[in-house]
Amino acid sequence: MRNFVERHTFWAIVLLLVAVIFLWMIFAVWPDWLVDALGRKKTFVNTLLNGVTLGGLYFLVASGFTLIFGLMRNVNLAHGSMYLLGAYIGYEVADLTGNWFLGLAAAFISVAISGVLLQVLIFRRMANDDLRQTLVTIGISIIAADAMLAIWTGTTYQFSPPDWLFGAANLPIISVIKSSGAAVYIKYPVFRLVVLVIAVAVGISLWIFLNRTRIGMMIRAGVNDREMLAATGVNVQLVFVLVFAIGAGLAGFAGVIGGTALSVAPGEDIRYLLASLVVVIVGGLGSITGAAIGALIIGLAEQFGLAYFPTYGVVLTFLIMVVVLAVRPQGLMGGR
Amino acid sequence: MDSRRLFSGSISFKDIHPAVLIAAVFLLAYPSFATDFFIFQIGAYSLILGTIALSLMMLAGYGGMVSLAQLTVAGFAAYLMAILGENSMDVMGLGWPWWLTVIVSVLGAALFSTFIGAVSVRTEGIYTIMITLAVAVAFFYFVRQNYVLFNGFTGFAGVEPPTLFGIYWRDPVPFYYLSLTVAIGFFAAVYYCAQSTYGLGLQAIRDNPRRMRALGFNVTLHRIVAYFFAGIIAGFGGVLLVWFNGRVSPGTVGVDVAIDILVIAVVGGMRHPIGPFLGAIAFVLLENFAIDLIDRERFNMVIGTAFLLVVLFSPDGLLGLWNRFRDRLRFRGNALLGDERVNKDGPASTGSLEKTE
Repeated sequence: MRNFVERHTFWAIVLLLVAVIFLWMIFAVWPDWLVDALGRKKTFVNTLLNGVTLGGLYFLVASGFTLIFGLMRNVNLAHGSMYLLGAYIGYEVADLTGNWFLGLAAAFISVAISGVLLQVLIFRRMANDDLRQTLVTIGISIIAADAMLAIWTGTTYQFSPPDWLFGAANLPIISVIKSSGAAVYIKYPVFRLVVLVIAVAVGISLWIFLNRTRIGMMIRAGVNDREMLAATGVNVQLVFVLVFAIGAGLAGFAGVIGGTALSVAPGEDIRYLLASLVVVIVGGLGSITGAAIGALIIGLAEQFGLAYFPTYGVVLTFLIMVVVLAVRPQGLMGGR
Repeated sequence: MDSRRLFSGSISFKDIHPAVLIAAVFLLAYPSFATDFFIFQIGAYSLILGTIALSLMMLAGYGGMVSLAQLTVAGFAAYLMAILGENSMDVMGLGWPWWLTVIVSVLGAALFSTFIGAVSVRTEGIYTIMITLAVAVAFFYFVRQNYVLFNGFTGFAGVEPPTLFGIYWRDPVPFYYLSLTVAIGFFAAVYYCAQSTYGLGLQAIRDNPRRMRALGFNVTLHRIVAYFFAGIIAGFGGVLLVWFNGRVSPGTVGVDVAIDILVIAVVGGMRHPIGPFLGAIAFVLLENFAIDLIDRERFNMVIGTAFLLVVLFSPDGLLGLWNRFRDRLRFRGNALLGDERVNKDGPASTGSLEKTE
């Protein structure tokens, strides 16, 4: 952090200013001219929160994607299907047992197993041929999408999480002060805040796992030089399987979280695949920090685009991607 | 090896394989014995899909850049046709004359493709798939959301080819010949391009970009120009597609369709420009007749499985299968006839080179 400030003093100041303006816009009661320019404060704060929580969800999906790529150079285009599969399995289990947390665990485990199967049965056979691996994942995603459509039909599913996770909370943010002098506080759904907390928790535990454990050390070594790691006597195939399991499991996990925050329907696989792609292109392939930053940027861009210029919202996301590719082809946090 | 003769440079009449002549006669005579359904829904549609897949084959096979956005480029041309020309939706439809609409649509598509290329060639290899897929998905969501220009979810209908020389070009037979002309024209162009200086440069860049850069070639420019040419091919494909369907909507440029184009190119084979057309014929036949074998709803399952099997077991697609089959036959023939047989195989084959040493 200090390093960044010393090296890019100008950008650090700009970032700080932006942060201060944002904080002021969140906590201050807006003067009339600002309301005239941007609309009601409630819209702004809600959009901001929506963007941040959506970013959290995108991080959950994209972190698995980027983790798998970082180690195996395998662009898993079936990642969206794993998200959707996790959501459906989680729904079935939660519906059967009546316990939402069991659904969450079942989704993580079963999708992790499917990831292990993919790695062991298919990808191991075609190591070092990343184009073919990617084509295979496309084939798998076509079949998986169709199979899921056959099993769960085109209906939209809605999770029912525990009551204390549902409902809305009053945030300590004043939206407007009524003429009577009473302050109106902004309300926000609890579950979306929970999504954010979970994303942060997953992010921190991934960081600890990668940076503070022995297996994490092996994974980082594998990212840098696979052959050398194998030469030191580590069973690289086992590390691959583990990483694939975690990456796929995270996608399934995100499926239940995202399915609860929004809903589950066919077509979501493509949506989250796009989100993962853009997030990792912007953030830098293979970098967890990059995924976090990219997810935040894309989540915010999508929600602000949706709220303030609806018909051109997607273009904003796309523009960000193009600008990043033009300036830093390897992504914000990507190394060469 | 067939591929070696393909890249060797000059073409003379003798080089034309009898199979090419047979195929040409068959394609020309096809409407005389086929029903309207087979001419239009099977024949013309295969040729259109093949043309779009050809643009992908050119990028992927010769340039090593697997772009999933070629259908998006074609769809962009199709949308431009509806926006600039006439449609029956009361949205846009500027009513330009048909020839101007076609030219502007194709050029617009080519520029769009160039833009995609310029964005994606800055990174290499596997990134190209990701970036072009992101472009394809973003374009799909964009046209679905945008009602001002692209008429959102409904899209446009009533886009028709002109009536020229007293012929209504959407009738099966004229439309078939129109598609055939475009397809064969681009097939020949790509075939020729592969042997031109530019095409050879592109293939060399595919094989070793670093060495080509060291030799003084502008690698980025070669690649972007490839995207431009591919954009022209895909653009014409898009024009034919919108005339074929009479309509264009977000579904036309959906991700599943973009992947279908990839499936066609991969299943057909990416080593030779005939591959995409073989793939397209196989795809369209499957699409129309898989209903007899399996539930219509499960078509994607069939196509996905076919694709997966091809990728897993024959990376060069149907062409690869054929080559392998032929090599095996020839090998057997050589073993039977003795070594002299190898000498007759033409100066380009490695067998004869070894003998002359």
